[in-house]
Amino acid sequence: MKFPKKPDEIYFFGTCLIDMFYPDAGISAIQLIQKEQVKVIYPQEQTCCGQPAFNSGYRQEAQTVALQQIKLFPKKIPIVVPSSSCGAMMKHHYLDLFEDHWALESIKDFSERIIEFSQFLVHVLKIKMEDLGEPVELTWHAPCHALREMQIREEPKQLLQQLKNVKLIELEREHECCGFGGTFSIKFPEISKAMLSDKIDDISKTGASCVLSGDCGCLMNIEGGLKFQKKTMVGKHLASFLWERSNGKS
Amino acid sequence: MENPNQNLSSPKEKFVKGFQKSLNDPQLRKNFRNASFALKSMRQTAFPDEAAFKELQELGHRIKMKALKNLGPLLRQLEQKCQEKGIQVHWAESTDEANQIVLEICQRNNAASVIKGKSMVTEEMHLNHFLEQHKIEAIETDLGEYIIQLDHETPSHIIAPAIHKDKKQIAQLFNDKIEGAGYTEVYEELNAIARKSLRKKFYKADVGITGVNFAIAETGTICLVENEGNGRMCSTLPPVHIAVMGMEKVIPTLEELPPLLTLLARSATGQPISTYFNMINSPRKEGEKDGPKEVHLVILDNRRSQIYQDEHLQKTLLCIRCGACLNHCPVYSRIGGHAYNQVYPGPIGKILAPQMNGLESTGGVHNASSLCGACGEVCPVKIPIPEILLRLRYEGVNKSRSSKVHEHGTQQNFKESMAWKFWEKIHASPVLYKTNSGLGNLLNSVMPKNAGPLKNWSEFREVPQFAAKSLHQLAREKGVADE
Repeated sequence: MKFPKKPDEIYFFGTCLIDMFYPDAGISAIQLIQKEQVKVIYPQEQTCCGQPAFNSGYRQEAQTVALQQIKLFPKKIPIVVPSSSCGAMMKHHYLDLFEDHWALESIKDFSERIIEFSQFLVHVLKIKMEDLGEPVELTWHAPCHALREMQIREEPKQLLQQLKNVKLIELEREHECCGFGGTFSIKFPEISKAMLSDKIDDISKTGASCVLSGDCGCLMNIEGGLKFQKKTMVGKHLASFLWERSNGKS
Repeated sequence: MENPNQNLSSPKEKFVKGFQKSLNDPQLRKNFRNASFALKSMRQTAFPDEAAFKELQELGHRIKMKALKNLGPLLRQLEQKCQEKGIQVHWAESTDEANQIVLEICQRNNAASVIKGKSMVTEEMHLNHFLEQHKIEAIETDLGEYIIQLDHETPSHIIAPAIHKDKKQIAQLFNDKIEGAGYTEVYEELNAIARKSLRKKFYKADVGITGVNFAIAETGTICLVENEGNGRMCSTLPPVHIAVMGMEKVIPTLEELPPLLTLLARSATGQPISTYFNMINSPRKEGEKDGPKEVHLVILDNRRSQIYQDEHLQKTLLCIRCGACLNHCPVYSRIGGHAYNQVYPGPIGKILAPQMNGLESTGGVHNASSLCGACGEVCPVKIPIPEILLRLRYEGVNKSRSSKVHEHGTQQNFKESMAWKFWEKIHASPVLYKTNSGLGNLLNSVMPKNAGPLKNWSEFREVPQFAAKSLHQLAREKGVADE
């Protein structure tokens, strides 16, 4: 994969889930990037990448919403996305969604500039962080779309390895889906539940106090399950965790 | 055939009842979990180097794509080469036609009993049932198929049909159904019981029926991959051999075979090569002491040519039926094969069955995916299964007459369409969106937790709380540039 050189400024696409449920992850990611002397532009008119409608087959509706986003990011600078599944939607699935669209070429230009948050930190910023936190044991849930669509394998772990007081305990079936899948979790609750229960068992087995992920869909699902089962373990977005550790609680 | 769901009305209801039943069956859950874990590990051992696998996968993809692009001429070449060597070729547009062809061959040879090698395409035809209606006994000789036939079941996996049963269940079944078998859980003894019982059937069968893994156009060769030797017996012992293939099985030359064979065996069971590999080139020639006197090749369409017409959907036809996508699917490994109510279960079934039998008639199996992508990742010929699932979801709600997908537009319902229209309005308007997401705290208190879409969510998960301030608000407050 090719990554750009460290830019002076970037766009930030916050995603709708982060906007509504995990704004702390979004602002942490922005601050981590700003700290590296890169200007962050957050177009206030952004909403959602269109993935929920696209995944449900409603392509026309997804197109309208996607086009609304694309026009907000005209400068030829990277667009950082703190979610692998929204990132994959914009980087890869837009090309399917707009296959026959007259503006395909400019959409391609937009898609090429999409870069996921952990990849941006590792490959573009080449960030070096200092750990200011107490010793902690945690585990990592690898989002499916990070692994299989954005080709993110080691980046999140490379970031965590920079933190000297953090011990990462890997999940037994790290590459297996947590059962979220967007509307799948609502349309097929029993199957989703079976998948989530197994994931929670695996997470519990690690004995870690915190489970991190890079996708708020997975996180919402896993956290929801942990809380429902009255587990003490908490779920957190990688960006929130990195900001807390390298900057003290903001 | 036993069908516990026959009283239910819609295919969707059947599917839902099917997977609910599986999920509530701890024995079944355990069997699938263990089996898929074992098959996944075996595949992993066979492909230790990811980069090498990707290279081979790319090669497999290209070979099958090339064959597919040239499908018509290749099939005609295959027919001609086969005929030159005395293999009789038959074309069947539908499964009914294919059944009729097989029946006529059997009747012409006064067949009372038929032995079968493992074949998914004959499952598509429900051939055994059809033959039995015409007083011809059809005996499955693959061990897994033999086991499920004893129990009047259908395959729950495309290469390991009895994967849903464990050793104890098989021991009990043999004890109950095979005279003089007794109860044993020793693998070798179970094998010996099946072998003894089947051996007699092999000798007296009038016709042998098998599937086809690859058909070579250049040489007119029928290739059969198997592990038990039963395929070889089916294709050599009886005086007549009928091989049935889906029309996508043809490849141009022998040279293309080794990479595909490597991919198939390793992806399926982690074997470097299968125990048996048969290449059938003609019926028994003069002076030869064994082999069938007649060899027939039945080439089945069954809507494949319709799938073929779409350049994206036609990739469904790349499949070499290894079953890796089933083993790696988090849904299949929890609900098992029978839950789908389709001949082809799991990820490949989710894209193949709706295109063959209709998006509505297959109960919406293409929706039952979290789109995790594990299937596409391991597919030896790189079928973009997740992308095809997405396309089928679109076709499900696409009412346009130009769509060629069987039963397109039938999944659209008013409530859901309106919900997405509403979603579109909000997310295409920054003002409406901001108003909506700015209502965080209010929405937390007014959103019903036990009704609407949140009901399914909240049955085993806490409902997420809207944050007091959205990221839009936080970014404004922190002075993040808005350009």
